[in-house]
Amino acid sequence: MASFHSLYSQIQIHGPYDEGLPLKGHEPPRLITPFLNRWIGKIGDPQIGPTYLGFCGIASLICGFIAIEIIGLNFWASVHWNPVAFIEGMAWHRLDPPEAKWGFTPFVPLTEGGWWIWAGFFLTASILLWWCRMYLRAKALGMSTHVAWAFASAIFLYLSLGFIRPMLMGSWHEAPPFGIIPHLNWTASFSVLYGNFYYNPFHCFSIVFLYGSVLLFAMHGGTILAVSRFGGERETEEIVDRGTAAERGALFWRWTMGFNATFESVHRWAYWFAILTTFSGAIGILLTGTVVDNWYLWGVKWGLAPEYPATYPDMNLPPEIAEQVRAAANTSSHSMSAAPQPEALPTEAPQ
Amino acid sequence: MSMLSFERKYRVAGGTLVGGDLFDFWVGPFYVGFFGVTTAIFATLGTALIVYGAAIGDTWTIWQIDIAPPALEYGLGLAPLREGGLWQIITVCAIGAFVSWALRQVEIARKLGMGFHIPIAFSFAIFAYLSLEVFRPIMLGAWGHAFPYGIFSHLDWVSNVGYQGLHFHYNPAHMLAVTCFFGTTLMLAMHGGVILSAVNPPAGEEVKHGQHENQYFRDTIVYSIGPLGIHRLGWFAAINAGLWSAVCILISGPFWVGGWPYFYDWYLQLPFWNDMGLGGLG
Repeated sequence: MASFHSLYSQIQIHGPYDEGLPLKGHEPPRLITPFLNRWIGKIGDPQIGPTYLGFCGIASLICGFIAIEIIGLNFWASVHWNPVAFIEGMAWHRLDPPEAKWGFTPFVPLTEGGWWIWAGFFLTASILLWWCRMYLRAKALGMSTHVAWAFASAIFLYLSLGFIRPMLMGSWHEAPPFGIIPHLNWTASFSVLYGNFYYNPFHCFSIVFLYGSVLLFAMHGGTILAVSRFGGERETEEIVDRGTAAERGALFWRWTMGFNATFESVHRWAYWFAILTTFSGAIGILLTGTVVDNWYLWGVKWGLAPEYPATYPDMNLPPEIAEQVRAAANTSSHSMSAAPQPEALPTEAPQ
Repeated sequence: MSMLSFERKYRVAGGTLVGGDLFDFWVGPFYVGFFGVTTAIFATLGTALIVYGAAIGDTWTIWQIDIAPPALEYGLGLAPLREGGLWQIITVCAIGAFVSWALRQVEIARKLGMGFHIPIAFSFAIFAYLSLEVFRPIMLGAWGHAFPYGIFSHLDWVSNVGYQGLHFHYNPAHMLAVTCFFGTTLMLAMHGGVILSAVNPPAGEEVKHGQHENQYFRDTIVYSIGPLGIHRLGWFAAINAGLWSAVCILISGPFWVGGWPYFYDWYLQLPFWNDMGLGGLG
């Protein structure tokens, strides 16, 4: 069967468009008449579109629009509909989940966190519908559904943070807020509150897979670019019918580090490293506060961290608080002074 | 033999940068070359010194072994072995091994008629390492500002140095680096996934190629960058993750000594926020 091939050379070829693979009878027509963009063509394929929308795409975009409207209008309302303050504080605005007193009930007054629940509901609906779209388009094109399952791993982390862990803890208040700087503040505070996330072994795994993914893409991208003079970017063709590009790419790594992947297996390494980044991150989140209260003390218990001696002189605490600290230290097997003290982090915009 | 079925015809002489034919041979699957020899020397010596450092240290618990740089009092001078001198020699060995490894990749790429994209990418990782262990300590005036060698001790260093800036997430170069890390990983999942889904189709389907890969991403996200473009983009984003990681720590201390949350005061104090008569955030 004839198929459309992309050609790469120093000269950008503007030939006939790839009009798109045939659709099945019940599918709505694709949108966006394909067109070429010369500047995009300097990096990758110059053709944009055609694209497919369908029921899941339309529903996902509507839900996503509603979520962003709820978040944006709450931001604006938080500065009393002042348009300048809305723009000025775009990075600092926040939409918080309900206070702890509301527990995990879905029925919370809108201005006390209810809007957060609705924004989360529509954002989640949008993401899940988008997942269906990634799954269904792969099926419709006669491909397997690997991309959708990798996406599912990222969705698992998102749901762990915003839904599953709050459910396990019995409180929406455990979830992160919406907002650019507020979610960064939440992340740092969350780490410190639970004794420093660097001692969370699943956080360690997640970072290993994150850095490993970037290393793999540097290695893989570099390899393909270095053998593109032999047609190496035509990876699927090289997988089913190995050519000199695949052989040279393999030998480069074999000679460098004594081991090589193949043109197919390198994509399995890539796929699983990326999936395990978010998957192990999600496990680390779900264990925090539910199973482990303080990752530093957990690390001391299992020999990951030394028990640091009390470095600082006694602080001048009010007598009644000092008494409480002493009582807590006496009842705990660990010295309280050894635990990292939560830093006071700025949670509001500098005035 | 440790040769692949097609390997023999690729094992040809030439392409070396240094040493001519002297080290132009293989040991098992490994290519040697002049830089293979220097890599082996630096890596062996460095590893042995780490083991020695552990032996004279406090613990054999793998997680807690810690070989620290000299105390700040030594400034940029040499320190006795037990007080950071070991860390200094190990750092020299590490730099020697990393640079040798990159140059060995250049020799192997030349031998195989390939481009130099891989050693170029690796050189950015070496730059990030040098930034942390050499450039920033020099700018701050003491080796004691470098991170220690140890599994959890280097995490403690990251944590402590991060909180010295009060909240490192506000560092704009750190934001950029994290974005590149997450973005590269997202693109890696998409690329790995689409290749596997094209060549491992459901039962009864033919293997798919570029046209289907393009159609999948055009259908779902409007644009497909194509089989060459995705490797350019992934390579570029991975390099930038390393580059901006280096930048974010180089500017933290030498060029910005305050807390990173205060970095944005200039923005909040721009005159026009209040001149419009509407009042700003305050």
